[in-house]
Amino acid sequence: MASSALMKPQMCGLLARCLQFHIVGTFIASLGVAALYKFAVAEPRKKAYADVYRNYDSMKDFEEMKKAGIFQSAK
Amino acid sequence: MLATRVFSLVGKRALSTSVCLRAHAHGSVVKSDDFALPSYVDRRDYPLPDVAHVKHLSASQKALKEKEKQPWSNLSLDEKVELYRIKFNESFAEMKRGTNEWKTVVGGALFFMGFTALIIIWEKHYVYGPIPHTFDEDWVAKQTKRMLDMKVSPVQGFSAKWDYDKNEWKK
Repeated sequence: MASSALMKPQMCGLLARCLQFHIVGTFIASLGVAALYKFAVAEPRKKAYADVYRNYDSMKDFEEMKKAGIFQSAK
Repeated sequence: MLATRVFSLVGKRALSTSVCLRAHAHGSVVKSDDFALPSYVDRRDYPLPDVAHVKHLSASQKALKEKEKQPWSNLSLDEKVELYRIKFNESFAEMKRGTNEWKTVVGGALFFMGFTALIIIWEKHYVYGPIPHTFDEDWVAKQTKRMLDMKVSPVQGFSAKWDYDKNEWKK
């Protein structure tokens, strides 16, 4: 045969290898996206709301808005 | 009576047709359409086509096919490749090769998007009327002030970016 022989290609187990690759990848990708969303979006949002409403005085807020003159029924 | 006469006519016609068929079957080539015969295809999902690629072998190719009937260790590498090329048109590597078609597609798509932009510019200039007065600068300023007074989206959105103590946008 010629000197530069090619590597013998993979002959069996092609579907199994493909499935393994994709199943593992699916788990990693979906869990990764979920974790990323939780820590980049959900947690900061919860913290922002908690910070706003921890010391929130709704009556003071209402008086400020009334003074600014946006209400039609409370001047 | 009439029916049997018709029958005999039909029978005569059938007989003559089959005689014709038999006459044609031997000598001349029966002209049947190429698309109706099994054909060769280069397809990844059909690796062993119905027929070989080369239909009519030359004299040397016929000799090679005869040599193929003997032990294959007698064949040289070039002969093996020649036998492969008789049977197949393109190898898998050749048929799977990429093209530069995507460049044409992307280029064409972007070109027509640009052309659409020109059309829209013309349309804004020659077709559309003036925009509503609510887009004037001082109207938008009054609108923004009113939104901040109402505290629109005070947690993460609009009013969250306004500093109510210093009366300016947060840095």
